[in-house]
Amino acid sequence: MELITNFLSGSVQIEAYLGLSLIMFFAGIYGFLSRKSLLMILISIELMLNAADINFVVFNRYLYPGHLEGFYFTLFTIAIAACETAVAIAIIINIYRNLNSVEVGNLDEMKE
Amino acid sequence: MDYSSFLQMNEEFSLLMVMLFLLIYDIFAGEKGSKYFQPIALVLFAAHTLLNCIPRDAFSIAGGMYQYVPMQTYVKTILNIGTFIVLLQAHKFLNEDANRIKRGEFYFLTLSTLLGMYFMISSGNFLMFFIGLETASIPMATLVAFDKYNRKSAEAGAKYILSAVFASSISLFGMSLIYGSTGTLYFSDLATLITASPLTIMAFVFFSVGLFFKISLVPFHLWTPDVYEGAQTNITSYLSVISKGAAVFVLFTLLTKVFGHLVTQWQPILYGLAVVSITVANVFAIRQQNLKRFLAFSSISQAGYILLAIISGTALGMTSLVYYVLVYMFSNLAAFGVISVIENQTKKVLMSDYNGLYQTNPRLSFVMMLALFSLAGIPPFAGFFSKFFVFSAAAQQGYYVLVFIALLNTIISLYYYLLVIKAMFLNKSENPIEVVKSDFPVKLSFVICTLGILLVGLFSTIYDQIGLLSFGM
Repeated sequence: MELITNFLSGSVQIEAYLGLSLIMFFAGIYGFLSRKSLLMILISIELMLNAADINFVVFNRYLYPGHLEGFYFTLFTIAIAACETAVAIAIIINIYRNLNSVEVGNLDEMKE
Repeated sequence: MDYSSFLQMNEEFSLLMVMLFLLIYDIFAGEKGSKYFQPIALVLFAAHTLLNCIPRDAFSIAGGMYQYVPMQTYVKTILNIGTFIVLLQAHKFLNEDANRIKRGEFYFLTLSTLLGMYFMISSGNFLMFFIGLETASIPMATLVAFDKYNRKSAEAGAKYILSAVFASSISLFGMSLIYGSTGTLYFSDLATLITASPLTIMAFVFFSVGLFFKISLVPFHLWTPDVYEGAQTNITSYLSVISKGAAVFVLFTLLTKVFGHLVTQWQPILYGLAVVSITVANVFAIRQQNLKRFLAFSSISQAGYILLAIISGTALGMTSLVYYVLVYMFSNLAAFGVISVIENQTKKVLMSDYNGLYQTNPRLSFVMMLALFSLAGIPPFAGFFSKFFVFSAAAQQGYYVLVFIALLNTIISLYYYLLVIKAMFLNKSENPIEVVKSDFPVKLSFVICTLGILLVGLFSTIYDQIGLLSFGM
């Protein structure tokens, strides 16, 4: 309850944000390693990228409020992440056309 | 604000002009003009290479975002020559009926990855570095998945993009921690601000994953064999030489410039990575039958040798690193060139297919032999000298055990390189690969590679010239 009121009045501890971004980051890593569908893997990667973005914004806002470096970095990162997603989705669609499936288990053509 | 200082980015602007010209030419050339597309592209790129091969004085523009030191010209020139050779080798593949329509895309994507590497090399800020890294790796994924109707190619593309983005997002998280602990992202400021606190060490470990992935060192190498096998062979050679060469140079400058205060932390990390990379890759290379996978593991172990130059962190290390990349480029591109020529015509990539290659294709097997001797480091060829300099750079800093392990591994690597040579020259075969015809650009690329392998080691001026500039780094 206190957290919510703090959030509304604008005085959240920096630790809360950093904890959030850490949880997002490692959830992303876990998802990347455990998910079976290529799309879910892509979503996990997006989680990781966004965790880093949150870090940048929070550090900038709380620790170095005079500068804008972190904000700019985040803007660029979002744009780059969009490109990555576009290319990855295109490749996944291509895989779907070739295999009729986007499961990781089917990508075993080149196994030893 | 005065933007004229941006014009100092000669290399980037001239490459961008070549790219844009080719893109527009490809769209508007029509039936008649498209015949001349590749010759024009090759001539333009050669002109770009020649125009930008003379080092200038160091400068930094855009408030330190872009930092130029003379050494970068040599590295960029090496990358240019390598790209030129790859484009020559891809000439025939792109002239086939199925691929003719995709020529423009191939050139544009290849050159845009090169542009990304330029920015990565010259970056003076983590933002610039990250943009360069991604500009180098996103078009690369589309290149890997270039053959839309080939299942292997699509599979390799997915593996490449997903693991590349995974690595770069870990790297990005590391950058955010660096920003959090120091408050700046400029390399020049970070050099003094970074101290060995637990947070910065963790940030460094996260950050370096992105580069280790690009260089494909051993715990980060799992994508390499599959992607190398699935991608079209010319793209594989580009991936194994150009992309790796740019990344090792950047790793060296970052470690010495930005993470200079963490030297006691990163030296053991690199030590372990070098030992593991060389050994594991060698052991796996022995049992490969597919030559592209075989060269993939060979290139991982070569990356391990390059780490010996990085770990020294000295000017000698820098010189030997650039020299090693130069020699490695010639040898690896020659080997991949032979494989691609043969694969394009006969679809054969297995080692057993190469039995008796000497009877039918003596010249190709000769080039392949030179390349493999150079990769293994047999004395008269350039590979021996590059390995020698790398070892001496590491030994100068007292890493005798590491050099000894690397030397033992060269013996193992000699075994598997000789397996291919034995298959080509000694093994008899009932139906050897037919006589392979190659067109003029491919022949020219083999001539360049052969001259490079034979002469770069013998002309000491090349090494001295690189050494002259390495003190500024």
